[in-house]
Amino acid sequence: MKRVEVVVVGAGAAGMAAAKGAAENGAHVLLLDNENWVGGILQQCIHNGFGVHRYKEELTGPEFAERLKKEIPSDVEVMTGSFVHKIFPEEKKLIVISRRGIEEIHYESMVFATGAREKTFQSLLIPGTRPVGIYTAGQAQRMINIDGYLPGKRALVLGSGDVGLIMARRMHLEGMEVIGVVERLPYPGGLRRNVKQCLEDFDIPLYLSHTVVRVEGFPRLEKVIVAKVDGKFSPIPGTEKELKVDTLVVSVGLVPVKKLLAKFVDVESGILVSNSGQTSVDSIFAAGNVTTIFDLVDYVANEGEKAGKNAALYAKGKFEGKRIPVKKGEGVKVLHPKWYDPSDPLSVYLRVSRPMERAVVRIGKYEIEAEDLTPAEMVHVEIEPPCEDEIVVSVTEV
Amino acid sequence: MERIKCVRCPLGCMLKVKVTKDGIEVEGNRCPRGEEFALQEIENPMRILTTSVRVSGGVLPLVSVKTSGAVPRDKIKELMDHIKSLEVEAPVKIGDVIEKNVLNLGVDLVATRDCDEK
Repeated sequence: MKRVEVVVVGAGAAGMAAAKGAAENGAHVLLLDNENWVGGILQQCIHNGFGVHRYKEELTGPEFAERLKKEIPSDVEVMTGSFVHKIFPEEKKLIVISRRGIEEIHYESMVFATGAREKTFQSLLIPGTRPVGIYTAGQAQRMINIDGYLPGKRALVLGSGDVGLIMARRMHLEGMEVIGVVERLPYPGGLRRNVKQCLEDFDIPLYLSHTVVRVEGFPRLEKVIVAKVDGKFSPIPGTEKELKVDTLVVSVGLVPVKKLLAKFVDVESGILVSNSGQTSVDSIFAAGNVTTIFDLVDYVANEGEKAGKNAALYAKGKFEGKRIPVKKGEGVKVLHPKWYDPSDPLSVYLRVSRPMERAVVRIGKYEIEAEDLTPAEMVHVEIEPPCEDEIVVSVTEV
Repeated sequence: MERIKCVRCPLGCMLKVKVTKDGIEVEGNRCPRGEEFALQEIENPMRILTTSVRVSGGVLPLVSVKTSGAVPRDKIKELMDHIKSLEVEAPVKIGDVIEKNVLNLGVDLVATRDCDEK
C-alpha cells in the first residue's frame, strides 16, 4: 500500500501538466501511465504546430512532450507501465497493476487525465467485408512514425478531422498514393491550416458531403464505394463511385476514455468539470481530452496544470470549489466547462453549431465579437465574471 | 482579392489579400506574421518539413526530424527523397543536427526526439 497526496492518472499532456501544477503547489505527487513512456500520443505526432500559445514557439509533438516533461519537478514520482484497474472514490484509493504486481494507492485528491481514443471503423456499421487494410488514423500514424512501415500502397482517408488530414499528407510524403479525403459534412472537420498545408499543398482532393457506403475485398481491402450524402447524411442513390484502394484510413472523431470513473462522477460525452478542473465529486479533478475534445494541446496542458494546482490545494484542505452552472445557449454545439468556480478565471471553450461569418459570443453579460467561426475550430475566451446564479453562453450570427 | 489561410500557427487566420501595384494589402490577420506570410505565399510558398530518419542500433527504428527553418514548398519532394536515403547511428538526442545545410537549402535537419542505443 502506498499513500500520496495527489495521484495523476495518465501522463499525456494533461497529466504531465497536472503533475507539475500539483507538485509546484507543494503536494507529494504520483504520476501513472499504462504505456512505458510519458508524453502519451504526442510521441507519434511528429508534425509541427504544437506549443504556439504555451511556449510562443512552434514545436513538434515529441518536442512539446519533452518540454513539458522537463517542467515536472524532480520530486514527482513517475510510474509507467502501470495500469489503473479500479477506482474506489469513497475510500480514496485505486488499484494499480504493473510489473511490480498489484498495488493499492491511497490519495487525498486525484487528477484523471486519461485522454481520448479514436472512434473505430467497426462503430460506423458500414456494410461489406472486414478485410485487412482498414486502420484508424492513429494506428496508421503509429505504424509510419514509430514502427517504421507503411500501411499500404494506395489509400483513401475517411473523415477530415485534423489527424485524418495530417495522415493524408504523411502517407503522401512517404510515397503512398493518397487518392482523397472523404467528409460527410459540407465543410472540413479539421483546422483550416491543415486543409491548406496537408491537402491543397499536395493536390489531394477533398470530397465534402460524401461518405463510404461499402467496403469490398478479402482478405485484403480492394475497393471502397463512396457516395454523396444529403442534408441528413443519407447516401443519395445513383451517386456511388467505386475507388480501388488497398488502405482505408478512418479519422471520424475521438471519444473521451472515461470508463473507470463514469459510474462515480457526472458525465456527458466527457467527464464534467468546473473551470477549476473539479468534477462532481469533490476529491476528483479531471483535465484534457477526457473532459472535452480540445483542438490544441496548449489548451490541454493549461487546463491540466490548473487542475493539478487545485487538486494539491484540495489535498491540503485549502480548496473549496463552487459549481455555478454554465449553460449552452443558442448557436453553441459544444461547451466547456460545465460549472464556474470563481477561484479561477473562467476559461470558456466552445464549438459553434454551424459555420458563421460574423457573430457575437455572449458569456453571461459579456459580449465578444468574432469572425469566421466554424464548428471545427474551438473558440476560447477567458473572462472573470461576477458570481451569478448561472452563466448562459450563446453565439448569434450578425 | 484572394483568400489565403495563414498556416504560421494553428489559429489559421483567413487572410484577405489584395495584390496592388505597390505590393499587397492584407486583412483578417491577427498578428504581423500574417502579412509576412501572405507576401511569401504569393511569391514563393515555404514550409517546415517534418518526417523521420532511419536509425541503426537504436531502441526505435526511426527518429523524428524537422527542418530547422522553412523550405520552398516545391523542394519538398526532392528533400523527402534525400531524407529517405539517410541513416543515423544511435544514440540520437533531441536537437542533434542530422545533416547540416541539407540540399544547400540553408537549413539543417534536426532530431525532434531522443533515440537511445539498444
